[in-house]
Amino acid sequence: MAVKQQRQKMRRPCIDPGDGVLQGLAILSALGLLLLVFLIGLQIWRAAGPSLTRFGWSFIFSRTWDPVAGVFGALPYIYGTLITTLLGLILAAPLSLGAAIFLAELAPRPLRTVLGFLVDMLAAIPSIVYGLWGNFVLAPWLLRFLEPWLGQHFGWLPLFQGPMYGTGILAAAIILAIMISPLVTAISREVLALVPTGQREALQALGATPWEVVRVAVLPSARTGIIGAFTLGLGKALGETMAVTLVIGNRPEISWSLFAPAHTMTSVIINEFAEAITSLHVAALIHIALLLFLVTLLVNILARLLIYRMERGGKDGMMHEL
Amino acid sequence: MAGIQVEALHAWYGRDLILKQVDLVFPGKAITAVIGPSGCGKSTLLRCLNRMHELVPGARVAGRVVLNETDIYHYGVNPVEIRRRVGMVFQNPNIFPTMTIFQNVGVGLALAGRQRYRHRQLETRVVKSLQQVGLWEEVKDRLHRTATGLSAGQLQRLCIARTLAVEPEVLLMDEPCSALDPIAAIRIEELMRELKASYTIILVTHNMQQAARVADFTAFISRGELIEYGSTPEVFLRPRDLRTERYITGTGG
Repeated sequence: MAVKQQRQKMRRPCIDPGDGVLQGLAILSALGLLLLVFLIGLQIWRAAGPSLTRFGWSFIFSRTWDPVAGVFGALPYIYGTLITTLLGLILAAPLSLGAAIFLAELAPRPLRTVLGFLVDMLAAIPSIVYGLWGNFVLAPWLLRFLEPWLGQHFGWLPLFQGPMYGTGILAAAIILAIMISPLVTAISREVLALVPTGQREALQALGATPWEVVRVAVLPSARTGIIGAFTLGLGKALGETMAVTLVIGNRPEISWSLFAPAHTMTSVIINEFAEAITSLHVAALIHIALLLFLVTLLVNILARLLIYRMERGGKDGMMHEL
Repeated sequence: MAGIQVEALHAWYGRDLILKQVDLVFPGKAITAVIGPSGCGKSTLLRCLNRMHELVPGARVAGRVVLNETDIYHYGVNPVEIRRRVGMVFQNPNIFPTMTIFQNVGVGLALAGRQRYRHRQLETRVVKSLQQVGLWEEVKDRLHRTATGLSAGQLQRLCIARTLAVEPEVLLMDEPCSALDPIAAIRIEELMRELKASYTIILVTHNMQQAARVADFTAFISRGELIEYGSTPEVFLRPRDLRTERYITGTGG
């Protein structure tokens, strides 16, 4: 014990015993968090056991979901989750980035505070409210106006063919975009505000227009942080349950058409869990939860890799006009 | 004599009057030092000369600043255009960390509203600017890498090269050496002496010795007012105003 204390002292001079206590507590908290994640993963793994042994890898690639016959495959749900998340991000990207640039760089100061507050408010609306709004307002509107319009003008794309329902992939993607935009906007705005004034002034002094200052001096410096904001948005979109369930139509189909109803991993769990009678059905649903866990992890790792690559590769790829 | 004339210049931050009735001529092809205690308004004066002052919310300017017979505050003058003609070097070497050395120097040329440079021309200008600041030999093998790893003095010379690349008429330098070690500072001073053959240079500095070493003319500002202006030997050796004398001898502002 005494020797150990001595070594501790040599490694890091502790002026106050409180330092050691704090350090210990911090390490414990960090480890505890990791342990928690590990335990959750383990528990899901064990609960999904029957389904894992019965279907194995084919669970991921099979389209059949038949609780009566006891045959389960998750492909339509995986597809539904990925496609709605991807579309939601694509729709949210220009909106959030534009709003963040406006709030951080261009808006007059009093307006910034008010608008910034409103954006933060949007993030605080419960998802069930978004879902109800989507079901009663957005979906009928899509059915009456947007979907016919898209079908008429872009009907040559397989994306905009087929019967229209209002509820479906498109509605879910729009709801997701609306839900993640406030979060992505708020974080991007903070990141942009953190870019040092010196960077802006350097370019202003060279005779740059306000837009050039944003594009050349501010955005490149804030790039990593903005991608981080989108990664958080991505995580939120992948896990979103209530709002999506209310607008996606809940049919396990894989269709090219964005008008078509679909199902996501979260929505099938919430729809069927209470009514699942056979233990295999329950295990299959938990199997989906396990997959969602893994998909989320995978997507986050991919996003990290992207940031890492941009950090290194971006230095050569910047400013093509030069 | 080309240069900048300042006539009855007033500047505000919000309600605070920072500069009061400044009348001054910065002669062309010479170095003019602006000295004075902290917060006296000398940086504000500098930032009024390229219309950077007004970028701060609540900042306001009154009076005339004449550059080559144009009042830069005249209605209809584009401040962006003025900033291309009046270059500025800052206290901290604020290079762009995500860009390569080459891009850092060429960035001003790539901005819109200028003639489109062909790659050859751009390269020529970047090389010339780096040679002007004596950085070419030191960075020519790493032009397409980022500037990380350069010393503070080298970075500051890179910033000067970036400013020179757009071929301004006037060079404003806001305490360009205060973040540098003495040897790097001397190097910048030598550079200023070389550059004054082709540019009007206005140098804000806290360092009295530096002002005495490089400046042809010196202006002393205190509490937003121009107290004294004259050739550097005159101001330093025979100050007319007691306040100047006390500031220069270090016995109070």
